[in-house]
Amino acid sequence: MRVIMFLVMALMLTPVSAAPVATYEFASEEQEALFNKLSNELRCLVCQNQAISDSNADLAKDLRDEMYGMLQQGMSEEEIVEFMVVRYGDFVLYNPPLKPMTWLLWFGPVFALLAGFFFVVRIINRQKKAAVVEMSSEEIERLKTLQSEAQAVIKSEDNKNR
Amino acid sequence: MTQQANNNKSLLKRLMPLIIFIALVAVLAIGLTLNPRLVPSPFVGKPAPEFELPLLNASGKLSHEDLKGGITLLNVFASWCFACRQEHEAITRLSKNGFRVIGFNYKDKPEDAAAWLRQFGNPYQVVAQDLDGRVGIDWGVYGAPETFVIDHNGIVRDKRIGPVDEEYISEELMPLVQQIRSEQT
Repeated sequence: MRVIMFLVMALMLTPVSAAPVATYEFASEEQEALFNKLSNELRCLVCQNQAISDSNADLAKDLRDEMYGMLQQGMSEEEIVEFMVVRYGDFVLYNPPLKPMTWLLWFGPVFALLAGFFFVVRIINRQKKAAVVEMSSEEIERLKTLQSEAQAVIKSEDNKNR
Repeated sequence: MTQQANNNKSLLKRLMPLIIFIALVAVLAIGLTLNPRLVPSPFVGKPAPEFELPLLNASGKLSHEDLKGGITLLNVFASWCFACRQEHEAITRLSKNGFRVIGFNYKDKPEDAAAWLRQFGNPYQVVAQDLDGRVGIDWGVYGAPETFVIDHNGIVRDKRIGPVDEEYISEELMPLVQQIRSEQT
């Protein structure tokens, strides 16, 4: 029974690959690697959370064909990315370029982290300070009398024990 | 520090979480109401991409040069596109009101497109056929319907993603048309 359960669970773990089967033939391995790299870095605009490589949308297929054609013509990675950005904007890039428009995107998280760090340090410092309690002069007096009383008790106890 | 200033400071301190919360809600509200499908077209403000396409049910071709000379609406549609039927009435009204509306039949079969236009009416001056969607890629089309507003000089001035409706016409198209006209004089 356990074995069957284990097998069923193992089956559940196998990733279901729904990625479109590539039927392209490449002149070289580098070309194929570049094709795979680019199609993973470019967003499919129809189903926006998928890359061109793993989308079954019609447009994604067209763009794969287009990219394949451009690679066959010997276009470089930069030229192909440029082709896509000119037509669909920076939005097609999963790796957005660094420019004033995207500063918040790039530096926002670092800023948030630093701000959080700053507040944590401030809170810790404040708690440290709060731990040192200032006593009033009456309290100091009272403490002194208590201490001397206690010492007197200890002394008398000592004398008894001897 | 006076008592008053002290009170003010502690009041601010107590209100801080509320202020942060409201700021966060505001930021999230903006973020959540933005439509991620509305990708701004990189062509806005730039000349219309070059192309040449055959016409539907007519000889001759349509090219980017033909778009110049007046305000033109280039309406990307297809017979398989449901939302195109929704906007068809609005597109027809724009056409009747004197807009030059050109159809961009995207990845469609000519006979299907012709039947669709017979059934619902043809508001287009001409219909260009982009059978394989190749020119659509050059225009950054990623679905239908989409509508490009092109001015006299052949510059793309706006791109509507999704169906054209009353709200778009009154709040975006009409002000844009007025602006284009005022630039001319």
